[in-house]
Amino acid sequence: MLRIRSRTVAAQQPARPSSRRRLRLPLNPRLIIGLALLTIFVGGSFILPFFTSVDPSAQGTYWKDLPMSTTHLLGTNSLGQDIFWFLVFAIRNSLLIGVSASLGITIISCVLGLSAGYIGGWYERIVVLLTDTFICIPVLPILIVMSALMQGNTSFLMVSLILMAFGWAWNARTLRSMVLSLREREFINTARFSGAGTVAIIAREIFPYVYAYMVIGFINTILYAINTEAALAVIGLSKLDVPTLGSIIFWALNYNALLTGETVWIIAPIVATVLLFLGLFLTSTGYNEYFAYRRGVA
Amino acid sequence: MICLHNIVATYTTRRGQVNAVDGVSVDIPDNMILGIAGESGCGKSTLIKVIYGDLGFPLALTAGSISYGFQNDGGQEVTLANIQKEWFKRISYIPQSSMSSLNPVVRIRDQFLDFPSVSRNKAEVLERARAFVQKLGLPPQALDAYPHQLSGGMRQRVMVAIATFFQPHIIFADEPTTALDVVVQKAILLLLMNLQKEMKSTIIFVSHDMGVHYQIADRMLIMYAAKAVEYADTEESFRRPLHPYTLMLTNALPVIGDDRERQGLPGQPPSLWEPMRGCRFAPRCPLATDLCRTTEPPLLQHAAGHYAACHHADRVAELKESLANAHDLIGVSR
Amino acid sequence: MKTIFKVEHLNKVYRLGSFPRAITIRALHEVSVTVESDEPVIISIVGESGSGKTTLARVVLQLERPTSGNVIIHDTAVAGRRAMARGTEFLRMVQPIFQNSFEAFSRYRTIDSYLYETATRVNKLNRAGAISAVEDALSAVGLTYRDVRGKYSNQFSGGELQRVSIARALIPHPRLIVADEPVSMIDASRRMLIINLFRDLKERYKTSFLYITHDLATAYYISDYIAVMNKGVIVEFGKARTVLSNPQHAYTRLLLDSIPRLDRKWNPATEALVAESRYGEGRA
Repeated sequence: MLRIRSRTVAAQQPARPSSRRRLRLPLNPRLIIGLALLTIFVGGSFILPFFTSVDPSAQGTYWKDLPMSTTHLLGTNSLGQDIFWFLVFAIRNSLLIGVSASLGITIISCVLGLSAGYIGGWYERIVVLLTDTFICIPVLPILIVMSALMQGNTSFLMVSLILMAFGWAWNARTLRSMVLSLREREFINTARFSGAGTVAIIAREIFPYVYAYMVIGFINTILYAINTEAALAVIGLSKLDVPTLGSIIFWALNYNALLTGETVWIIAPIVATVLLFLGLFLTSTGYNEYFAYRRGVA
Repeated sequence: MICLHNIVATYTTRRGQVNAVDGVSVDIPDNMILGIAGESGCGKSTLIKVIYGDLGFPLALTAGSISYGFQNDGGQEVTLANIQKEWFKRISYIPQSSMSSLNPVVRIRDQFLDFPSVSRNKAEVLERARAFVQKLGLPPQALDAYPHQLSGGMRQRVMVAIATFFQPHIIFADEPTTALDVVVQKAILLLLMNLQKEMKSTIIFVSHDMGVHYQIADRMLIMYAAKAVEYADTEESFRRPLHPYTLMLTNALPVIGDDRERQGLPGQPPSLWEPMRGCRFAPRCPLATDLCRTTEPPLLQHAAGHYAACHHADRVAELKESLANAHDLIGVSR
Repeated sequence: MKTIFKVEHLNKVYRLGSFPRAITIRALHEVSVTVESDEPVIISIVGESGSGKTTLARVVLQLERPTSGNVIIHDTAVAGRRAMARGTEFLRMVQPIFQNSFEAFSRYRTIDSYLYETATRVNKLNRAGAISAVEDALSAVGLTYRDVRGKYSNQFSGGELQRVSIARALIPHPRLIVADEPVSMIDASRRMLIINLFRDLKERYKTSFLYITHDLATAYYISDYIAVMNKGVIVEFGKARTVLSNPQHAYTRLLLDSIPRLDRKWNPATEALVAESRYGEGRA
C-alpha cells in the first residue's frame, strides 16, 4: 500500500552543484598588489640582464658619480658602475639566493615535520630534539663567525647551505604540530582502512591541509633568506664582488655615499629592498586571505 | 498568552538571504510546556531565538510581530522592541551546553549573583539561592564550586537554577538535555516539569528527540523547512496526527518491545535557497497530489486546538492505519 | 559453531600526567564476551559516554593496543598477544563506519577515490576489477557510480555520505564491520534507512556487525546480541530480546527506565529520582 521502500530508493542526484568550479574567485587587493610588485621585480631582474652586455660589477666602466640621466637611469657610483644595472643584477642574485635557500628549507622542513608528526614514536622524538636544538641556536652570530673564518672566500653555495641549515627548524616544528591534530581526524582512519600506507597518507591526506601554510612559509622564508644574506653583506661578510642587495649597501657605506652626496647609490637599494619585501609580504598575507576565503567556501 | 504573528526570520550571508523561519503564526497559552520539534534545518532553533529576542546580525526579523502578554516595569506591553530588558527577569534561557555558558574562572555563586535584578542585599539572595538549589537536587556547597568541579548533570541543574531562580514567566530551552546521558536527562526533565507546575510559568523548548517531547510537552509545534506544519496537544500529535510529516516523525524510530518494522523517510528537506512552490513536504509525502505541489497549505484549525498545514489532513488517519498494518514483524531468530 | 567475536579479559588503562601525580583511567576493565554462531550476527555494545564502548571499538579496529587481553574475530586474533599485524589481511577482515560521515572523507579528495583505493589496495584488483567492485558495493547501498564520481564530501548530505562510507567498508567483503554511532548524527526520520540497511547487508553480504551506540531502541531493533557497558565494564550481555525485556542488572534496568518512551508518560509525582553520582555522568 503506502509503504516506503527504503532500500531501493536510490539517493537522489545530489542537488548541490560543485562548488569547486569557481576559478574566478576575487583575488583580494593585497594579493594583487603583492603579485604585481613581485612580477616587476622578478621579471625585471631576470629579463633585463639580456639587454645589456656590460658586466655591471666591473669597476671603472663609466665616469664616476654621474647624476641620473637617460643613459644612466640612476646615475653611476664612486666605483664607476652604473647603479641601475648593478641594482638589476643585485636583485636577481638576491632573489636567486632567497628562492633556492627557501626551496631547500621548505622541502626539508616539510619532509621532517610531516613525517615526525605522523609517524610518532621514537622517530618523532629524535626529530623534535633535532628541531628544538636548531631553533635554539642563534643564526646570525654563527653566520658571522663562520663568515669571518672564511674571510670573504665564501661561495654563494656555502651561504645558501648555511641559510638552509638554520632556517628549516621553525617551519618543521609548526608543521609537526599541525600534523598532530590532523592525525586524529577521521578521514585518516578511512584512508588507513582503504589500504593506504604511511607515505600515501602523508602525501594525499595530510599534505593538502598543510599546503596553504607551506606556501606562505615558503614566501616568508624567501624574506628571511634575502634578509640574512643582506645583513651579512652589509657588514662585509659575504661574497662582495658579486652584486646583491646587501653588497650594494656595503659598498655605498664604505664610500660614505651619504656624506659625499651620492644619495641615489644608497637609497636605491634600500628602496628596492623595501619594495621587494613589501611584495613578498603582501603576497604572503594575500594568499593567507585567499586560502581562508576558499576554506570558507569549500 | 504569547502571540506570534507571521514571523519571518532571515539570515544574511555572503551567498544571499535565506528565511530560516518563513511565516509562523501561533498562539502559545500560559502555564504549559511547549515543545518545538523538527529536524536539522527546519528553523526551530531560529524560531526560539526570535521569540527570546536574540536578534542581531546576521539574523533579522523581516516580517511579523510578537506580543508576550505581560507588561514590563514601566507598564508598557512587552514586544520584541523591549524584550531584551526582561532577560533573566521575566524571561530566561537554558542553553544546551552548560560548560560553554558558565564562566570557568568564576565560582557558581558569583555567577548566580551576577544579575541586574540583584541590587539589594547579596547575602540574603545567596541564602535564598542555597535553599533553591537544594530543592533542585544540588548540595548547597555546589554554589561555592567552580564549574569544572561539577559533573555535567549538576552543571545543567545549575543552569536550570539560574534560569528559574527569579521566577520568570517564560523559560526558553534549546536542546537542554541533548548533551546529557539518558539517566541524567530524565532527572532534569522531571525537574523542569515540577518547576513548571510550581511556578505556573511557560516553558518553550526545542528538541529533536520525540521521546522527550512526548514525556514533558503539553503542546507541540512541528516545523519543517521553515514552516509550521502542525500545532496540537502532544497526545493528539502522537495518536491522531493531521500532517503526514508528523506521522512519519513519530513513527520513524523503533520502540523497545515493539517488533514492527520501521521505515525511514528517504529524500531530504528542500533547500531553502531554492524558490519553492506549494507544500514543502510534497516531494517526500506519500499523500501528495498536484494541489499540494502548486498551492501551499495554510495552517488551519482542523479540530479544537489542533492546527495542521495539509490539504489532505483527513487522509492522514488512514495512512497511519496502513503503516501500522503493513509493517512486517522483524527477525525470527531472536 | 564458529566463534564470530570473542573478547578475553580485555583491559585498557590510560595513564595521564607524570610520576608521581599520574592518574590512571581504566577505559576497559576485564571485558570478556563470546559470541558463537554459524550465521552472521549483529552485536550491539550499548552504553553512555565514558562507558568504554568507543575504546572497545578502537581496540577491535587495531587503532589502540590493549593493556592486556585478546580480541578474536572468526578464530583470528586481532588484538593482544598473537594478534595479526596491521596490514591488508586485517583490512579484509574488519572495516569501520564512523559517526561523523563528513569527517570520514578529506575535503580535498573526491569520495570515489577512497572507494577506488580500497578496491585496488585492499582487494588488490586491477582497474577494471576495481571499478566493478566499487559499483557492486554502491548498488548494495542504493547508489550508483554516477552519483559519486568526481564529487567531494561537501556535495552530499550526512545520510548519503554515510551510505558511501558503508559502501567503502563493504568492498573488501569483511567478516566484521564495526560501526561506531553510525546514525547518531543523522536526522531521526532518516535513521532507519541506514539501520535497515545494516540488517539487509547482514543477510546479503554475510557480514557481522559490531554496532556501538547509546541508543537502546535501535540496538533492540537490529541486534542479535547486546552488551551493556558502564564505566569500562560489561554489566550485562545476552541475546538482545532477553536482555531488554528481562534485564538482570540494576544499571540495565536504570537505563531502560530512563529512556523517554513514546507509549507511557512519566508521572513526576511518583518517579523516584536516582542519585546521579552512582552511575556516572553526562556527555558534555
